[in-house]
Amino acid sequence: MIKMPHPWIPNSSPKILKEMSSTLGISSVEELFNDIPPEIRLNKEFWDKLEIGFGKPISEVEAKRFIDKLLSKNRVFQPYVFLGGGVYVHYVPSIIKYIVTRGEFLTTYTPYQAEISQGLLQALFEYQSLMAELLDMDVVNASMYDGGSSLAEALLMSLRVNRGRGKVVLPRTINVMHREVVETYLKPHSVKIEYVNYDKETGLVDLEELKEKVDSNTAAVYVQNPNFLGLIETEAKAIGEIAHDKRSLFVVGVNPVTLGILSPPGELGADIAVAEGQPLGLEPSFGGPYLGVFAIRFDNELIKQMPGRLIGLTTDTDGRRAFAMILQTREQHIKREKATSNICTNEALAAISVAIYLSLLGREGVVELSRNIYYRAHYAYELLRRSGFNVELFKSDFFNEFPVNFDNYGVNYMVIHEKLLEKGIHGGLYIKPWFPELGETALFAFTEIHRADDIEFLVLTLREVVG
Amino acid sequence: MNNVFKQAVWSEPLVFELDEEGKVGYLLPELEERILKTVGNVRIPEKILRKNKPNLPSLSEVEVVRHFTRLTQMSYGVDCGPVPLGSCTMKYNPKVALDVALDPRVTNIHPLQDPKTIQGLLEIMYLLQKWLALITGMDYCSLHPAAGAHGELAGVLIIRRYHEIKGQLGKKNEIIIPDSAHGTNPASVSMAGFKVVEIPSSRDGCVDLNALKEAVGEQTAGLMITNPNTLGLFERNILEIARILHEVDALLYYDGANLNGIMGYARPGDMGFDIAHINIHKTFGAPHGGGGPGAGPVCVKDRVVDPDKGVTLKDLLPGYVVEYNVETGLYELVKPKFSVGLLRSFFANTIPLIWGFVYILMLGSRGLREVSEYAVLNTNYFIKRIGGINGFSLEYGEESLRKHEVTVSARKLYEDTGVTAEDVAKGLLDRGLYAPTMYFPLIVKEALMFEFTETETKRNIDEYVEAMRSISKVAYENPQEPKKWPINTSVKRVDVVKANHPKFLAPSWRVYLRRRST
Repeated sequence: MIKMPHPWIPNSSPKILKEMSSTLGISSVEELFNDIPPEIRLNKEFWDKLEIGFGKPISEVEAKRFIDKLLSKNRVFQPYVFLGGGVYVHYVPSIIKYIVTRGEFLTTYTPYQAEISQGLLQALFEYQSLMAELLDMDVVNASMYDGGSSLAEALLMSLRVNRGRGKVVLPRTINVMHREVVETYLKPHSVKIEYVNYDKETGLVDLEELKEKVDSNTAAVYVQNPNFLGLIETEAKAIGEIAHDKRSLFVVGVNPVTLGILSPPGELGADIAVAEGQPLGLEPSFGGPYLGVFAIRFDNELIKQMPGRLIGLTTDTDGRRAFAMILQTREQHIKREKATSNICTNEALAAISVAIYLSLLGREGVVELSRNIYYRAHYAYELLRRSGFNVELFKSDFFNEFPVNFDNYGVNYMVIHEKLLEKGIHGGLYIKPWFPELGETALFAFTEIHRADDIEFLVLTLREVVG
Repeated sequence: MNNVFKQAVWSEPLVFELDEEGKVGYLLPELEERILKTVGNVRIPEKILRKNKPNLPSLSEVEVVRHFTRLTQMSYGVDCGPVPLGSCTMKYNPKVALDVALDPRVTNIHPLQDPKTIQGLLEIMYLLQKWLALITGMDYCSLHPAAGAHGELAGVLIIRRYHEIKGQLGKKNEIIIPDSAHGTNPASVSMAGFKVVEIPSSRDGCVDLNALKEAVGEQTAGLMITNPNTLGLFERNILEIARILHEVDALLYYDGANLNGIMGYARPGDMGFDIAHINIHKTFGAPHGGGGPGAGPVCVKDRVVDPDKGVTLKDLLPGYVVEYNVETGLYELVKPKFSVGLLRSFFANTIPLIWGFVYILMLGSRGLREVSEYAVLNTNYFIKRIGGINGFSLEYGEESLRKHEVTVSARKLYEDTGVTAEDVAKGLLDRGLYAPTMYFPLIVKEALMFEFTETETKRNIDEYVEAMRSISKVAYENPQEPKKWPINTSVKRVDVVKANHPKFLAPSWRVYLRRRST
C-alpha cells in the first residue's frame, strides 16, 4: 500500500488510487510488477535502505537548505575571472531567461507534431537563419552538443562526402579539448589525423608545412580563427585555397563574438563552418549546456550528408506560412545505422537563447560587441606590456585572449595563480601542459564585462604578486 | 467534443521582417576614454576583416520580447497538458529544480575554474554519480555525455575499448540490436565502427532467444537493448540473454530510456548489464527544451578488463569523473586512466544534471519507487480503458502486462477506414492533447506509442480515452473528416512534402529569399 501522496504524482491520492485499482481489478500496485522474474525483482527493504537522496520525499524547504549549504562552497569570481580556452564569461541579457524558461518552450518536446509547435519551429528556424547571416553560410542545423563535437562531426561528414579519402589535416593550435574530442570520434574509423605546426614567430599555421601535408587523400582541412592561443589566422582564406586545390573540403571554426569584425567562414570560402556558440548568450555553467554550431554552404551533396535537425519553411493546407522539420531521411529515426549521425536530443533551447541574443544585437550590435571585446582585451595587453610582463610571444594580433609568459619570475605559474586566488582573482588558463615549449605561460581572456578599472586591478595585482 | 481547445494564432513575422534601420535592442557598456586612447586603432590586417556587415535585423528590446512571447503561445509543453510520447518520459519538470538551475553559484562557474573553488558543485556531482549508480545497480558513473544518444556512443566506445585492451577487437566486429530498438541504437553502433546485426522480436514481442543464439558468435562484441522494451514489455529472459552474451565475452548494454518503468523494482545492474546510460531529461525530470539540452550519464559494472594491468570497466569511462580524495579532503575531476576519451569539450551538461540532482534529492529511494509505480499504473489504466475502442489493438502479447509505456496499433482502423495513425494524432492535437509517438517501433503497423508518466492525472487520461473514442467514431462514420485535421492548432496540416522538395527546400531565410528572387 502506498501511503505517500506527492505533489508531482497527482494520482497518489488514496481516493484516486482506489478508483484506478478498482478499474484494473487489482488490490495493490505491486501486482502490476508480476512480470518481473523473482530472481531480478528487488527486495523492498533493500531498496528503501539505499542511500539515494534522503531515502524518502522531502519538502522544498529542506531541499533548498541542503543545496544552499553545498552551493555556498562555490566561489564566484565575476568580474575578476580571466579564463577562456573556448568558453568565455560574457554577460547574458536579462530577457533571455524569461523567454526560455516559459513552460511552452522549456517543457516542450522535439516538434514532431508541427501543427501544434509552430512557435518552437519558427524560433529554431530564426536561430538557423540568424546564425547563417552571422557566419555568412547558407544552412545551419538546429544545433549539435558543443563546438568540439560539432568539429568532430564536420570531419566525419567530410569523410563521407569525400568517400575514399582517409586523412584530415588540422592545425596543432586548435582548441586542445576539441582535439581530444576529434580523436575520440575519429578513432573507430581508421582515419589519419595530421597536425600542422605553427610558425615560431607568428604563432599561426605554418603554410609550407600545410601545403606538404594536404594531398589527394585529404578529406578535410580545418582552421580555427582565432586559434587556441587567441591569435588571428590572417591566412585563413589562403588555407582554404590550399584545401580546394586538392579538392578537399575546407572547414572553418570560429568564435561567433568576433564576427562583427573578423571575416566570417562564408567570406573565407568555407564548405563547413563550426563554432562553440556559448559566448553568444549562454552562461559558463560549469561545462554546459553549450551550443554546437554547424553550418554548410548550400550544396545538394553537402546537405544530404549534414548531421543534426533542420527546420524548413513551407506552407499549411490553407496556404499559410508554416515550418516543419525537413530532410529527416538523414536522421537516426529514419535511416538508423545509415544516418548521418546518431544525434537526437541536441541543444535546442540553447539555440533559441542565442537567437534571442542575436535579435537584440542586430547588425550594429554585433559589430559593437566585437569591438568592445577587442578593445578591452587590447587594453589589458598594453597595460601588461608596459608593466614589463612578457606578452609579445608572437607577432600576430589577437582578439579576446592572449598568452602571457611568466618565465622571468622563476616560479611555476600555479604559484602566481594561487596568489591571485587569495586576492579574489581567477587568472588565466595554464597552457604549459599542452605547449611545454612555451614555458610558464597562461592564456588570459577578456570580455565586455571587464571594466577599465577591473583590468587595472588585475595588472596591479599581478605586479604585486610577482614582486 | 465537450472541451474546447483553440491554440493561439499569431501571424507572427520573422525577426527579419521586423527589421528597421536604427533600432537598438541592447546597450553595451561604453568603452572608457582611456581604453580607446591606449589601444588606438584596430590593427587587424585587411585580408581577415569582415567585408560586409552581417545581415541581422535591428529590433528594439520590446519587440524581441513580444515576438518570442507570441511564439511560445504557439507551442505546447508538459506545462500545458499531457504529452504522452512513448519512450520520451515527458514528465512534469519541478520548478524547484529551475531555481537551482538559475543560481549564479552554478551558472557563473567557468568549467576550467580551479577545482578548489567549486567544491560545492563537485560534491553535488559526486552525489549524483553515486545515486545514479545505486538506482541502476551499477558500480561507477560518468556524467559526461550530453544526451542519451551521446551516452550510447560512449557505451559502445567502451565496448570497443574493452575488446581492444583484450586484443580481440579484430574478430569482434558486430553488435546485436533487436528490431524494436530506437533509431539512435544502430546509429550509435555505426558511429563506433561496428556492424549492426538486427534480430527479430518473437511473437510475444520480446527478444527471440533462438534468433539471438543464432546471431551470437565469436564475432559478437555486444548487445544493446532496453528493458522494458519499446512495446512496454519486460524482457523476462534477460538473465538468459546476459548469459548467452557473456559466454562469448560480449558486453551487455542497457539503453536507459525506459528506466521510468522499473525504479525500485528492478535494476539493470542486477539483470546482467555491464554498461547503462541514463536519460536525465526523461527519468529524472530535466526539461526537454524543444530538443535539448539533456544529459546522458553512462554507468558501468566494474567488470575486469585486464587483471594483470589492474584495469576494470570503470577505467574506460568517458570524460571526467568526480572523485573524492581522502587525503586532501577535496573533490577532484579525474580522467579515467584508460578512458575512451572526451565526447564533448568540458565536464558535462551541468544544468540538466542539476535538475536531475534536485529531482532525486526531493524524492529519495522510496519516492522514486512510487514514481515507477504510478507510471505503470497510469499506463495500465489507459490500456484497460481503451480496450474495446474500434480500430485500436495491442499487437504482440495482447494479454501481457505492460510497464510504463504501451504501443497501440491503428492498423485495423487504417484497414477499415483509411484513417492513419497520423490522422489520429492530428485529431488528438485538435482536442488540446499532444499526440503519442507515431510509427515507432517499426515492428508495429500504424504504431502509436503512449507513455503517460506518473505526473499525469486520471482526469486527463480519461479525457484522452474519450478523445480516442470520439476519433474512432468519426473515422468509422466519416473517414474523410480526419484527413482535414488538425483545425484548432495555429496552422492546419503542414505540407511536409513541399518542405522537402528540392524546388522549395528553404532551410534558412536567406536561402528562401534567394530562391524567391531567381
